[in-house]
Amino acid sequence: MSIDTTGNDAARKEAKVRVEHLYKVFGAQPDDTLRRLQAGETKDRIYADTGSVAAVADVSFDVHQGEIFVVMGLSGSGKSTLIRCINRLIEPTRGRILIDDEDIVGLDAEALRRLRRDKLSMVFQHFALFPHKSVGENVEYGLKIRGMPARERRDKALKALEQVGLAAHADVPPDNLSGGMQQRVGLARGLAVDPELMLMDEPFSALDPLIRRDMQDELLVLQQRLRMTIIFITHDLHEALRLGDRIAIMKDGRFVQLGTPEAIVARPADDYVAAFTRDVDRARVFRARALRRDAEALGPEASVEKARERLAQLERTALYVIDAHDRPQGVVRRASLESAAAPTLEALLERDFPTAHEDQELVELYDVCATGLPVALVDGEGRLTGVVEPLEVFRLLGGNGGESDGGEAMGDTASRPSEHAGSLEMRRRNHG
Amino acid sequence: MADRISDYYTLPLDDWIEFFVKDWLVPNFRPVFQAVQWPIDQVLGGLEAFLLWLPYPVFVVVVPLIAWRVAGGGVALFTLLSLLFIDLLGIWRETMVTLAMILTAVAFCVLVGVPLGILAARSDRFASIIRPVLDIMQTIPPFVYLVPIVMLFGVGIVPGVIATIIFALPPVIRLTNLGIRQVQAELVEAGLAFGSTRRQLLFEIQIPLALRTIMAGLNQTLMLSLSMVVIAALIGAGGLGLTVFTGLGRLDIGRATLGGIGIVLLAIMLDRITQALGEGRQARRPGVKNTLIRLFKGLFQGSRAYDERR
Repeated sequence: MSIDTTGNDAARKEAKVRVEHLYKVFGAQPDDTLRRLQAGETKDRIYADTGSVAAVADVSFDVHQGEIFVVMGLSGSGKSTLIRCINRLIEPTRGRILIDDEDIVGLDAEALRRLRRDKLSMVFQHFALFPHKSVGENVEYGLKIRGMPARERRDKALKALEQVGLAAHADVPPDNLSGGMQQRVGLARGLAVDPELMLMDEPFSALDPLIRRDMQDELLVLQQRLRMTIIFITHDLHEALRLGDRIAIMKDGRFVQLGTPEAIVARPADDYVAAFTRDVDRARVFRARALRRDAEALGPEASVEKARERLAQLERTALYVIDAHDRPQGVVRRASLESAAAPTLEALLERDFPTAHEDQELVELYDVCATGLPVALVDGEGRLTGVVEPLEVFRLLGGNGGESDGGEAMGDTASRPSEHAGSLEMRRRNHG
Repeated sequence: MADRISDYYTLPLDDWIEFFVKDWLVPNFRPVFQAVQWPIDQVLGGLEAFLLWLPYPVFVVVVPLIAWRVAGGGVALFTLLSLLFIDLLGIWRETMVTLAMILTAVAFCVLVGVPLGILAARSDRFASIIRPVLDIMQTIPPFVYLVPIVMLFGVGIVPGVIATIIFALPPVIRLTNLGIRQVQAELVEAGLAFGSTRRQLLFEIQIPLALRTIMAGLNQTLMLSLSMVVIAALIGAGGLGLTVFTGLGRLDIGRATLGGIGIVLLAIMLDRITQALGEGRQARRPGVKNTLIRLFKGLFQGSRAYDERR
């Protein structure tokens, strides 16, 4: 059970956090429990025999710089223990946790405190705001701990509060705010210290559904600007799919599956994951890029004969014509090419064609699919990057598998996160 | 009759204790105990002198004002009337002596008790060691330790204060411990997650959040020390306790009752004020500064209006 690090330098450099074979056992004789775990005994069996709880069992993963890594699991799956191991609010029983290639499990109390103070911050499920301090003082807390002068930290706190739209409430006690606002303060407190890694332990679970959705949107907007590295815990798969660049599904202390949202929905690793993904709205998980095909476009000067030839060869119904800057000019249908005897392509060109962006959700493609023409995918500068066939959209929504890459089932005995780490396709959010 | 062990042998525990205290503790450690006495003596002497020096009208104005600031109008009125009544009864001096004793005892209880409570909150082992000690301190009748106290410290008002401290110390330790342990785990986690040192955690989060409970402990300590006033008089402490004690000795019901009334009034005043102190954290009143500013503004404007009218 060794980690494959060879040939993975690129992925390695990118890994902000690397967790290797992490175990956490609550109980009197952790060594005995570890032996039983490694021998493959189940968590329930171990608990019945020894009274020890294996909260986290052999978990390995990388978190890349600038991504939101979501750990999704039901209560009791060990996800809260896992996140607390990463800043050692809970001491891991065994395993390594590397933050910027430094093993934090071995740090002494002082070094650990410095790590928490300078690199990490945390947002809590029940907000954990200090009731005896004002909203502003709460946000200032991490900076005060660093010894920043009062005026400077006040300014920074106000800036952080502005980011969550609460600058006007800096001087009221947090108890006066609604739940959603309180968690915004919690978020601002986490942001104020400019953390390199933000740990979010079910931050939106205590909020009602509408507010929760707002907060998710807000986090995505912030993330677009700040590109933070975030480990996000949730019990809600929909939340995981909305927020996660990659998602790990956790059950009984182990990762059952780790992959992109698309991969998890398209190819659930087992029945457990499948049970979650069954009622997921695929049209909101998959993006146009998941169905992208090479455009095989024609140049502006191509002849009618050439167009006919290419269409027959590719067995497509229509082809796009692009200009010198790769911008789509129009589309020609196979039908019109075969019937008409027009001398130039120009005359057959339909200039009213469906377009979409690679990052658009499939749900947004329904309209343009209705034309029956392949949808032109364009990038931020209007260049053609591929096409999506309408039929494939509906085939994917029907559940017949997607083309997206990046899924990985976690075996019971060995998990090798680094193998696929390099090939995982990250979902980009900032258009252009 | 059935034979009992004591028919053949009784444990001479009383002799051992007597030996331990009289022949070992007293000759060897008297200087240590005398040294302990010194700071208490200083604080008590200073406080007593101050309270007795304080002109009566100042006291009768200032204390109700404090009560008003802290606990509101009702308590202030009660305090004012009580103070006037105490003076009317002719026991003002005794009341001041007792007040000095009580305040000294409470001050030392806080000085010793709060750190011990913090220690107990941090360490389960220390908490389990100190718990039986506190149980003993709270259940053992004070008369039992009056004898060794007299042997070690002599008689007088300071040994009386020491006996009071022993009797009144447990609540402040217990409630400091409890208050800190009751701080929500997630708040402590939040403090730690942002990299607080233990000291920062203590002063920024734990103590402020435990303050209400600590103040409740202080209030209990205060009440217990008041109940020791008469017992302390047995070993030479003066004040209202002495009034009761001498009344008792001479079967002078009148004097004993006077002392009793003084103690009760003092107890109610101190109780209401300290209770409000504990709760006052939450209910924010206009600050002292603002009150003073408003007062002076009012006086100034009033005098100007007076000038203008002339």
